[in-house]
Amino acid sequence: MNTAIEFQHVTKGFKGASYNAVNDVSLSINEGEFITILGSSGSGKTTLLKMTNRLYDPDSGNIILFGENIRDVDKVLVRRRIGYAIQQVGLLPHMTVAQNIAIVPKLLKWDKKRIEARAHELLELVGLEPKEFSSRYPAQLSGGQQQRIGLARALAADPKIMLLDEPFGAIDAINRLNLQDELKRIHGGLKKTFLFVTHDINEALKLGTRVVVMNEGRVCQFDTPENIAKNPADDFVKSLINSCREQEKFWEGLT
Amino acid sequence: MGEIWSNILLYFENNLDAYLTMLQRHTSLSLRVLAIAICIGMPMGILCILFRKQQKWIVGFFQVLRIIPSLAVLVLSIRLLGIGMGPAITALAFLAIPPILMNTVAGLEEVPFFMLETAKGMGMTELQVWIKVRLPLAFPLILAGVKTATVEIVASATIAALIGAGGLGQIIFQGLSVRRTELLLIGGISVAVLSLTAVLLLDLLDCFLQRYKRGVST
Ligand SMILES: Nc1ncnc2c1ncn2[C@@H]1O[C@H](COP(=O)(O)OP(=O)(O)OP(=O)(O)O)[C@@H](O)[C@H]1O
Ligand SMILES: [Mg+2]
Repeated sequence: MNTAIEFQHVTKGFKGASYNAVNDVSLSINEGEFITILGSSGSGKTTLLKMTNRLYDPDSGNIILFGENIRDVDKVLVRRRIGYAIQQVGLLPHMTVAQNIAIVPKLLKWDKKRIEARAHELLELVGLEPKEFSSRYPAQLSGGQQQRIGLARALAADPKIMLLDEPFGAIDAINRLNLQDELKRIHGGLKKTFLFVTHDINEALKLGTRVVVMNEGRVCQFDTPENIAKNPADDFVKSLINSCREQEKFWEGLT
Repeated sequence: MGEIWSNILLYFENNLDAYLTMLQRHTSLSLRVLAIAICIGMPMGILCILFRKQQKWIVGFFQVLRIIPSLAVLVLSIRLLGIGMGPAITALAFLAIPPILMNTVAGLEEVPFFMLETAKGMGMTELQVWIKVRLPLAFPLILAGVKTATVEIVASATIAALIGAGGLGQIIFQGLSVRRTELLLIGGISVAVLSLTAVLLLDLLDCFLQRYKRGVST
């Protein structure tokens, strides 16, 4: 199996912080995996993702994408090969849905026909009727629809690697479940490598082929959902699992 | 009252050509000043964002200029630059640059950081982020600054007649010197209508460019 992403002793600190945002992280991720990254607020999940597309550069350590150290590749080129979606979505308000999806293909100078066809295909993939939505502006979409477009936009140039930073952050529970299923379907059909950040332990265990648990910049455990549930590596992971179990009890008490 | 009305009609009967020349001069003076103010104010606003340390000096300099009344700026410019169209344009530009500069800075600063970062994350170069994201999103505020500047220019261009730049101010100053009320009325109302027309045109442009905010699809 191909190694898609390799973090080698990656460390990054910000000025004035008491601990490194990302501290000596080493991970090896295979092509086609759906990796979820779980951790409390401030544990370094976003920082790890932003180093992967060179929005930040690590203080030390290396990040290797398909055998290539990204330090040696132009930042802009690295980013154009990677899909990136975040919680705030960041659709450009002055562009229509179709134009937003076309951003990266345009940067890559695809021809017009190909871009149009791609936008059409992607809208269908994320479950929005192309005829109805292509020419809308972001202001005319619900939060959930915006997040779907954000996802479509990140997928536009068919990147092998997708970075998703809490892409379902602002979505209600029901829509969230739907989007999770769709994302799983999209991942399965496309054979892409996903790095998916979330706060939600259920989401992390449900979606991930393997799960990274982070705390204060360090990786506590990197394993399959089953192993994490069965054999939590340290107290932090244990407390995460316990918080989940407590919720279950709470539900049992209610019903 | 009836007398003023017939005097106004009489004025237009005898002086239509002169009036149109003054109107045309007023308009062209205003447009030239506006163009210059945009060409200086906008790039300086962008420079303010690029060089944050110098920002407070540039903005401060123009803010001080703004406190000086337009009349004083014009009179001062006679001293420094002499009379005629050139000095008038220079003096008026100094009045019109601050609102454009300040709104450019405010508009560019208002663009949320995550928007710029996602654009970068998608693989836009610095320049592409500016052209495709930052400037378009700042544009509504920049245009508001242009509107403020336009009103200021059209009004202040009246005084420019004092330093020999011509324009509708000539009618007003003539009216003052020979005490003819109808001349004051003609001049004043003409300036007001010109100013309103300019604002209306800019509002239309604004509406067109911001249709995405109202949720009207193309
Ligand atoms: N641009 C920055 N400048 C300074 N400190 C930063 C910056 N970005 C992140 N940090 C700090 O680095 C640490 C890790 O932040 P990060 O955003 O990676 O956390 P996170 O796991 O994504 O948290 P959350 O779940 O709240 O999004 C935090 O302590 C944060 O305050
Ligand atoms: Mg985060």
